[in-house]
Amino acid sequence: MPVDVEAVVLSNTRLSDEYNVVALEAPEIAGRAAPGQFVMVKPWHGTDPLLRRPFSIFEVLASSAAGPAGITLLNKKVGVGTARLYQVEPGQRVACLGPLGRPFTAIDPPGEAWMVAGGVGLAPFATLAAALRARGTPATLFYGGRRHTELYHLDLFERLGTRLVLATEDGSRGHRGLVTEPLEAELGAKRGGDVTLYACGPTLMMRAVAALAAAHGRRAEVSLEPVMGCGLGGCYSCVVRTRRAHGAPHFVRSCLEGPVFDAAEIVWDELA
Amino acid sequence: MTDLSVTLGPLRLKSPLIAASGCFGYGVEYADVVDLSSLGAVAVKGLFLAEREGHPPPRIAETPSGMLNAIGLQGIGVHRFVREKLPELERLGATVIVNICGSTLDEYVEVTKVLSDAHGVAALELNISCPNIKEGGIQFGCSLTGTHDVVSAVRRATSLPVIPKLTPNVTDVAAFARAAEEAGADAVSLVNTFLAMAIDVETRRPKLSNVLGGLSGPAIRPIAVRMVYECRQATALPIIGVGGIASAADALEFAIAGASAVQVGTASFVDPLIWPKLTAGIEDYLTRHGLARWTDLVGTLDTADRSGV
Repeated sequence: MPVDVEAVVLSNTRLSDEYNVVALEAPEIAGRAAPGQFVMVKPWHGTDPLLRRPFSIFEVLASSAAGPAGITLLNKKVGVGTARLYQVEPGQRVACLGPLGRPFTAIDPPGEAWMVAGGVGLAPFATLAAALRARGTPATLFYGGRRHTELYHLDLFERLGTRLVLATEDGSRGHRGLVTEPLEAELGAKRGGDVTLYACGPTLMMRAVAALAAAHGRRAEVSLEPVMGCGLGGCYSCVVRTRRAHGAPHFVRSCLEGPVFDAAEIVWDELA
Repeated sequence: MTDLSVTLGPLRLKSPLIAASGCFGYGVEYADVVDLSSLGAVAVKGLFLAEREGHPPPRIAETPSGMLNAIGLQGIGVHRFVREKLPELERLGATVIVNICGSTLDEYVEVTKVLSDAHGVAALELNISCPNIKEGGIQFGCSLTGTHDVVSAVRRATSLPVIPKLTPNVTDVAAFARAAEEAGADAVSLVNTFLAMAIDVETRRPKLSNVLGGLSGPAIRPIAVRMVYECRQATALPIIGVGGIASAADALEFAIAGASAVQVGTASFVDPLIWPKLTAGIEDYLTRHGLARWTDLVGTLDTADRSGV
């Protein structure tokens, strides 16, 4: 059950000119959140822009004894709403509704989890990595960015025991090129075992992961990031065409039936 | 203790606050965050006879103090609604107004009959005003004879209260309220969205897949208030005011202009917990102004000439 809070901004850590991490005091949301879920936030007052924005829950902040204290959001400035979230100051209050949406299905050992993140698509994987760690599931993060300075919070994943496979477009760290290239190589080299892929990032990357998973007979979940109006199923703006076992492809609301989908269900031609 | 109940012809509601069709799914989606039984009514998403896919994304775009939408009336069809949603709405204590659509006069009548035979429908709102679909709806809502014909046909097919939802995309909306009244409507709701458009100048592409969409939100409120005021002069029918209501003061403005009840849509996207705040604000106002009932406020606009005072 989601709750709506006027969350106090605890901190705003600007990672670059584009990226920042905002910590919000929201114990009610933090205590309910599952990996891959999102919140609808509005870090401004007034009607321009009008609507809240969806953000994956990045981290759940632990407090000393009384349970989770809040959440963080990983943000990249791309439009007017994300620019406002980049600018928030500690002490400011932010309308925050959540947790919302269908979470990832964290698999158990001896299965392995391979997460694939592109850019700000890293956001849902910190909580998934923590959940996998708690289950003892071996986890790998394939993480791609434009350059080494845009690969964030690697230490967070290292502390969780996540194996890192990095890629940068300029070759300044890890593989030079797309993150799906080392993923393809490892999928090809992997014999047997139970590997589940989890992807979030640019649509073309997620589509490539879906295709690689299908080609190698692996299951994949993707976290889509469509434009959302309300986050609660009221407006029907965030639909994605999906193909289920029965019937014709059909628009479903990603706020309710996603944002995490089985990659094989998505009609990718209509997304990218 | 203020009395917020309202009477719209044969329809009695405990509160003037109605969730607007197209902005509240089938109501059940909101059961976790809104006490549906506390609302005057829930106007569910527009229903045709059959299921509809609607338009491809992008379906919404923001504009200053507003938003455009062209959802294309995606929906589960009236039969699935009766089977899958109506019992749940009844269990939740919701008063259900079903927004009905049709590509033809016959389809409106068929949908009406299905809902008249169902249990738990309080009223029918006739969608003759959706700007986003080519066939049906607006072709009735933009013609006086079309409006008269569809309201008459539905009127003959049901004993449920009939409430046409009028489009603002006409020259004289009051004439359409009169046409609805003459055809036997019990009330009218107005306004639906304003036909509008937004363009991405970098790509020179429309921001909506449907090119055109309907504008809603605070941006349209003054025009909607004006149209309610005009219709109040032209018809004795109860009016449900709709258009950009985002606060108690906004709802009160519609009431003073002549609306017996109001619908809230876009604002509940931004603040799904808006309903108790609206109720509290309205009660506070009525108390401050010494009014025992919401209905005491309806149509009380003071336009007396004070230039000589």
